[in-house]
Amino acid sequence: MLYSEKVMEHFTNPRNVGKMDDADGVGEVGNAVCGDIMRMYIKVKGGIITDVKFNTFGCGSAIATSSIATEMIKGRSLDDALMLTNKAVVEALDGLPTHKIHCSVLAEEAVKAAIRDYYDRNGIAYDTKRFASKDAGCHIHDIDL
Amino acid sequence: MIVYADNAATTRLSPVAKKAMMPYFDEIYGNPSSLHTHGQVAAQDLKKARDTIARCLNADPREIYFTSGGSEADNQALYSAATYGEKIGKKHIISTKFEHHAVLHVLKKLEKEGFEVTLLDVHKNGIVTADEVKKAIRDDTVIVSVMYANNEIGTIQPISDIGAVCHQKGVIFHTDAVQAVGHINVDVKAQGIDMLSLSGHKFHGPKGIGALYCRKGMQLRSLIDGGFQERGKRAGTENMPAIMGMAAALREACDDMEKNSAHVTKLRDKLIDGLLKIPNSILNGDRKSRLPGNVNMCFEGIEGESLLLFLNERGIEVSSGSACTSGSLDPSHVLLAIGLPHDIAHGSLRVSLCEYNTEEEIDFMIKEVPTVVAYLRDMSPVWDELQKGERTHVIQ
Repeated sequence: MLYSEKVMEHFTNPRNVGKMDDADGVGEVGNAVCGDIMRMYIKVKGGIITDVKFNTFGCGSAIATSSIATEMIKGRSLDDALMLTNKAVVEALDGLPTHKIHCSVLAEEAVKAAIRDYYDRNGIAYDTKRFASKDAGCHIHDIDL
Repeated sequence: MIVYADNAATTRLSPVAKKAMMPYFDEIYGNPSSLHTHGQVAAQDLKKARDTIARCLNADPREIYFTSGGSEADNQALYSAATYGEKIGKKHIISTKFEHHAVLHVLKKLEKEGFEVTLLDVHKNGIVTADEVKKAIRDDTVIVSVMYANNEIGTIQPISDIGAVCHQKGVIFHTDAVQAVGHINVDVKAQGIDMLSLSGHKFHGPKGIGALYCRKGMQLRSLIDGGFQERGKRAGTENMPAIMGMAAALREACDDMEKNSAHVTKLRDKLIDGLLKIPNSILNGDRKSRLPGNVNMCFEGIEGESLLLFLNERGIEVSSGSACTSGSLDPSHVLLAIGLPHDIAHGSLRVSLCEYNTEEEIDFMIKEVPTVVAYLRDMSPVWDELQKGERTHVIQ
């Protein structure tokens, strides 16, 4: 089997899928030419992510990484959410095939993009280094596990 | 209900083929090269299988070489022509942009070895014209290789016309007919084909067996050296069960071709009409000049691998030309060759039917596919942008 049970479980049963009209921050990463786009919506209250939703155009692992990333940041502080790494996403899914690692990078970047948008909207200063892009374009990413 | 509709990938072994194979495991197990009775019985049956294959193609049995499959046959045809070309100082090869990788990757290698390769355009309809082949032929062209029918979009090429052009110009004509043999009429003599590749498991024969037809008088080079099997052109003890199974399957497919084709074409057309009702969907490849069982469509705003996996969850086994299903990040070279933009090519679905499929299965797919497409579109930010007018529709 190409995917772990965990990936298939999140793919067939994605959590927090949908749009959010009154989001406090929205981040979109990837592009359709590469075959995946993730859009993440967050609701923030007192520095805590109280709700999160996603929309994804992409393969099975793109949907699964989006889904698990929303679970991993829901109820967490913005600071905690910013620490989410693609490696943690891969581990939480019990692994991804090498050529799908880029989906986990997209998930990490979608979370960061949404938080950055929240900061921008609210005029909150932030360290741009924390949002450095991993360039999740049409590349095959590798990961040390 | 489990619907298997990925027959362009591989087919179920037919009961007739299975029965034909069985004695060659433990009854007629002799080596056809052996002189004793067990060996000679096998040799006789090997000859019969070769006769059968030849008859189905209108070839001479001495023009049939068994190989491990379609890929090996393609490799052998092209490398043989290249060796010949090298000898006579002709180092130009013509093929098309949407050939199978068993052809394209060989051509890439030959390019590195100093050959010049022209890959012809296949246009929006997925069909190359004989006139374009004619115009591309140069004094130093050694071979033209054009597939009989495309494995992804099912478009059938004007093989007889291309054969005529090649003969007129004195150029070798090879066709990868892996998707065509056993499904539509193939006649190597009438169509002017010099070399042809076929594969057993595409017409309900076993896997791991194929054949190369090579017209008498052509120079064939062996890729595997050793014993004198296949008249010295392919060493190794013959895979008797597979050869017998393939021959039985091909005979059955050719005998039933008219009946099967009518049934499968009817199912195909019903499915195409049913799926085209999905908004912003298109059929890829010419609708008329098309294999009886091939349906290939794109649905805007969704990605093919997730479509494939969700359909699998619902018991529908199909295929996609999406990047994610290819193990790379690029969508199918075939869909790009017919001019689809990357984002559309990612959302493709290939359904390949055979005579075992039923109308009930088609109805099931016509019911399930739109549901899954709608679900994925609902989840897709691309679809959202299309709906809001922030992105322009490519498929109307």
